[in-house]
Amino acid sequence: MIRRALVLVLLAVLGALFAALWLGFTPAEELGLTGRYYAEHTAPDLGAANLVTAIIVTYRGLDTLGEVTVLFLSAAIVGLVLAGGRPAARRKPPVPAGELLATGSRLLVPLILLLGAYVIVNGHLTPGGGFQGGAILASGTLLLLLAEPLKRFSHGLITRIESLSGATFVALGLLGLVFAGGFLDNRLLPVGTLGELFSAGLMPVISVLIGLKVGAEFSSMLASLSETEDS
Amino acid sequence: MPEVAHIALATGFALVLIGFYGALTQRNLLRIIVAFTLATTGVNVVIVAIGHMSGRTAPILDAAVPAAEAVSRVIDPLPQALVLTAIVIGVGITALMLAYAYRLFETRGTLDIARLTELKW
Repeated sequence: MIRRALVLVLLAVLGALFAALWLGFTPAEELGLTGRYYAEHTAPDLGAANLVTAIIVTYRGLDTLGEVTVLFLSAAIVGLVLAGGRPAARRKPPVPAGELLATGSRLLVPLILLLGAYVIVNGHLTPGGGFQGGAILASGTLLLLLAEPLKRFSHGLITRIESLSGATFVALGLLGLVFAGGFLDNRLLPVGTLGELFSAGLMPVISVLIGLKVGAEFSSMLASLSETEDS
Repeated sequence: MPEVAHIALATGFALVLIGFYGALTQRNLLRIIVAFTLATTGVNVVIVAIGHMSGRTAPILDAAVPAAEAVSRVIDPLPQALVLTAIVIGVGITALMLAYAYRLFETRGTLDIARLTELKW
């Protein structure tokens, strides 16, 4: 009882703090210094139409490299934590997925993968990019696992896709250090015309690599979680 | 007439409060994980709401938003890039929490934090 009262007091204090912040908030009228720089320089310098992708892939590309590394680490730890003590034989077969889910997944999975590829490849033009597309690809994996819980994905293949795209990502970044303006500079390839698919230099290539890496990492997490189910 | 940013900001704060309430009062680890996810979502909504400016459009250049007018036509792209990162890392954190909860259940046979007292003092 006292515990719950303490929690409510704490939340009330926090709520009062939030209310003060909310009352004092006026939306900005002008872009901040950094935002203004990105809005002014993205199109002429990098040739990308989507400012958010330009920030993630090129301006803050090093941070994105760190982020996919964090994601890789968490996928690896999930695999490690769940790997120990896995029973050799299942006690009972899982409930069958049902006609709707089984047939629906056969229809939907190719479409989901296509949408994921579309979102990844057009990341520098429209809303999207490597992370979003990678998550869509992994949702295809999730649907496959739901429809067929005993399905096993090749961890070797996932690892190979993941490490190959990661290594290419770093190698392209290093090439930028030598042949262009700096680490992960997208002007390694010609910038092209704004708004075309083959524009923005290296940006679509790096989006594809990020998408593959993120998709593989999420898929590996899902596969690890699914393989330990009802053990 | 409240602005969109104010509504979104209030929603984000409410989600954070709901998430904290759940994390502090629930006993079941799975419920606590869901509560944490709610709070994370709330923080993301708050960050995106702060970047919103009324009368402007998404930070994507096309025929409607020529590159020359971008500074006066688009909203701040920075919060969106930050939140994109935060969402992806959030998925990783959630997967980690679920994996630990699973192992804990396997070794101890319970998800009730009141019965997991080793780290209590």
